[in-house]
Amino acid sequence: MRIRIKFRKYGVMKFVGHLDLMRYFQKCMRRGEIDIALSGGFSPHPIMSFALPLGLGVTSDGEYLDIAVNDTKSSEEAVRALNAVMVEGIEILSYRRLFDTDQKAMSAVAAADYTLRFRTLCDVPQVEHEAAFGAFYGQDAIWITKQTKKSEKTLDLKKLIYDARIYREEGSPCFALKVSAGSKENVKPELILEAFYHSLGVDLKPLSIQIHRIDLYGEKDGGFLSLGEMGEDIA
Amino acid sequence: MKRLALEEEILLSVEKPARYIGNEINMVCKNPSDVDIRFCMCFPDVYEIGMSHLGIQILYDMFNRRDDVYCERVYSPWPDLHRILKEKKIPLFALESQDAILAFDFLGITLQYEMCYTNVLQILDLSGIPLFSQDRNADHPFVIGGGPCAYNPEPLADFFDLFYIGEGETSYDALLDLYKEWKASGACRKDFLRRAAQIPGIYAPSLYEASYHADGTLADFTPTEANIPSKVEKQVVTELTDVVYPQKPLAPFLQATQDRVVLEIQRGCIRGCRFCQAGMIYRPTREKDVEVLKTYAYQMLKNTGYDEISLSSLSSSDYSGLKELVTYLMEEFQGKGINISLPSLRIDAFSLDIMGKVQDVKKSSLTFAPEAGSQRLRDVINKGLTEEIILDGAAEAFAGGWQKVKLYFMLGLPTETEEDQCAIAELANRIAARYYEIPKEHRNGKCQITISTSFFVPKPFTPFQWAAMHPREHYIAAAKTVQEAVKGQLNKKSIRYNWHEADVTVLEGVLARGDRRVGKALLRAYEKGCLFDAWSDFFNYNAWMEAFEETGVDPDFYTLRERTPEERFPWDFIDAGVTKEFLKREYARAKNGEVTKNCRAACSGCGAAKYQGGVCVENSNQVP
Repeated sequence: MRIRIKFRKYGVMKFVGHLDLMRYFQKCMRRGEIDIALSGGFSPHPIMSFALPLGLGVTSDGEYLDIAVNDTKSSEEAVRALNAVMVEGIEILSYRRLFDTDQKAMSAVAAADYTLRFRTLCDVPQVEHEAAFGAFYGQDAIWITKQTKKSEKTLDLKKLIYDARIYREEGSPCFALKVSAGSKENVKPELILEAFYHSLGVDLKPLSIQIHRIDLYGEKDGGFLSLGEMGEDIA
Repeated sequence: MKRLALEEEILLSVEKPARYIGNEINMVCKNPSDVDIRFCMCFPDVYEIGMSHLGIQILYDMFNRRDDVYCERVYSPWPDLHRILKEKKIPLFALESQDAILAFDFLGITLQYEMCYTNVLQILDLSGIPLFSQDRNADHPFVIGGGPCAYNPEPLADFFDLFYIGEGETSYDALLDLYKEWKASGACRKDFLRRAAQIPGIYAPSLYEASYHADGTLADFTPTEANIPSKVEKQVVTELTDVVYPQKPLAPFLQATQDRVVLEIQRGCIRGCRFCQAGMIYRPTREKDVEVLKTYAYQMLKNTGYDEISLSSLSSSDYSGLKELVTYLMEEFQGKGINISLPSLRIDAFSLDIMGKVQDVKKSSLTFAPEAGSQRLRDVINKGLTEEIILDGAAEAFAGGWQKVKLYFMLGLPTETEEDQCAIAELANRIAARYYEIPKEHRNGKCQITISTSFFVPKPFTPFQWAAMHPREHYIAAAKTVQEAVKGQLNKKSIRYNWHEADVTVLEGVLARGDRRVGKALLRAYEKGCLFDAWSDFFNYNAWMEAFEETGVDPDFYTLRERTPEERFPWDFIDAGVTKEFLKREYARAKNGEVTKNCRAACSGCGAAKYQGGVCVENSNQVP
């Protein structure tokens, strides 16, 4: 039986990296007495996979991991049992049984929602953000060069942005971005902001942007469906 | 939401920020204003090393069981953060509350190896605590040291207010109670030190004075005030089963060096190897009840969620309940994805049988620690392991499917000759030869023998505490000799040789048997930027040598001298149970190549029997 767990990562836990978080969740499965299935082989390990690793420093309201279980409690009981063993900064939001036809979280991811804001007011560049962003996003194509480990490649960002919006919070410009994500074409949202400000001749200070992931989506009937809406609750 | 001492930009610009946020599974949360005493426990090395240490887990749990104490933790900031803290003048903080160390009543520093001494100064420096205890006032925490290096605390004497000699379970309650009483009384700082020094096991270095002979050796070491004991008694838990043990140990996010449940099965070792400080200072050997250990194992695995449990002791094979405990662990947990790791086992039929069950024979390697290559030298160091035992054990392992063998040796042991050094390679060759005696059709390719050597450093409270070390060149030459000898062996293609660097050895030697005068060289080394000396990437030999020269401390005086039997040692004021007479006797026997039996076979009258515990009171072994 496959289960999808949705959780929130906030506060100090944003400084715990992906691999460490995986090890943390393995411990939590045992502490929360989830009857997780083990792989075969000489040193069996719990069967668990994450949808899309979250970078160090990034917070999220919509993180997912899939596990395989031998047997299960109800969704409500499992969420309660897991939250009882969580540290501050991780909250379990849902625990659902996947249908046989549901893809693994890792393969299902097609898009992600992010908000980006400036960490401090003094990091905000002095430009006409709204007008400039409208013009930037209004282009037919947004070509950037992307540095990979081995080479450089040029990429049309525009095709990979599904939605982009600028708004203000306490006077500071914020960005809501829906971008392509997952194994096919994964866009780091800060890339868009860098390209935007770069087009204005401004280089952003490193670490000046706080990124928050809102949710992850798979494709369904030509649209997007949250990974958390797949499967069903267990009574 | 939890407040952090460091800004996000700082945390995101250093390596592994999770080292500095706390928040781990089973971290204790208290409101600091609800307690009388704030105690910060420190392991002066990087987080992943410090979090592997069992002693802090025990004390953290023990202190926090008291409602009036909140015990928190701090580890050495890595050099990247060290620079930032210095530059921005950010005070060092504890992980739990993220409050500055200065806000604490105590800073307890565990001293596990000498090469962390500059890190001790770093902790004090970054905390804003004056380095010298004499410069501290009512605003500063009391700095207290403990752990094996506290058995010769003298090189650190000027930097600590107090040392705790021995096992923490016995006297800390008295010290904490005294602290509350003293704080309420409003008396001066020195008054607390005076009263603390009267608690068994507590040493207040500022209340003692050392004087020296013209030749530099210690002449006298005495308390400067009445009512201060001239001997400090090592603290020992008599009934190990009865003391508290953490059922909910901390489980870090970062992978610690020892990232598993650690079940302490016994303290002390019956073997009496003459180079081994742990084997002497943790006497008598005491076991924990096997039934209690079973419930601990279950609770600790459940509470941490770890997928591995390891047994901890100096020599697990000597634990009388080993078979029962391991059988229980395998039956109870192995099918549930829990690994069982068994360090420090002697290789015999039983251990091979259980190791074959808990590990993948093809991938894993077997470890032997003969420590010396020749039988002569093994007798000198009292390593009760004969060549026959080693070869038979290896043959049995090969027959069981193992192909990889690790061999650990020491170089620079007392009485060691070139012949003894070459014997290391010869022994490895004979082990390999045993493998190739197996018919080809039953073998699985080549065997892999890995030899590792480290350099021996004489430690206080061992029979070798009188022994001379060698100049640095000698160590390098010894390693070369072994390397050449390996090349000359028939099975050289199956043998690999690794050795540790010689540079730190000399320094370790100075600090291990140093006196109070060494402290100023230590301080100078820190001022010159020495830090993380235990890490070869950071160790700066030249800076250390400059520090010695500039402060007029001669390293050779501490390392190259064979001490006379009459010499008074800087650590002689500590009563560690084993008597100086016993150690002298053992040193004489060592020089004659005489083996001394283990504590279960015969009592050697070491002095630890006065604690009336463990192996000393087992029926079969009456004190003569």
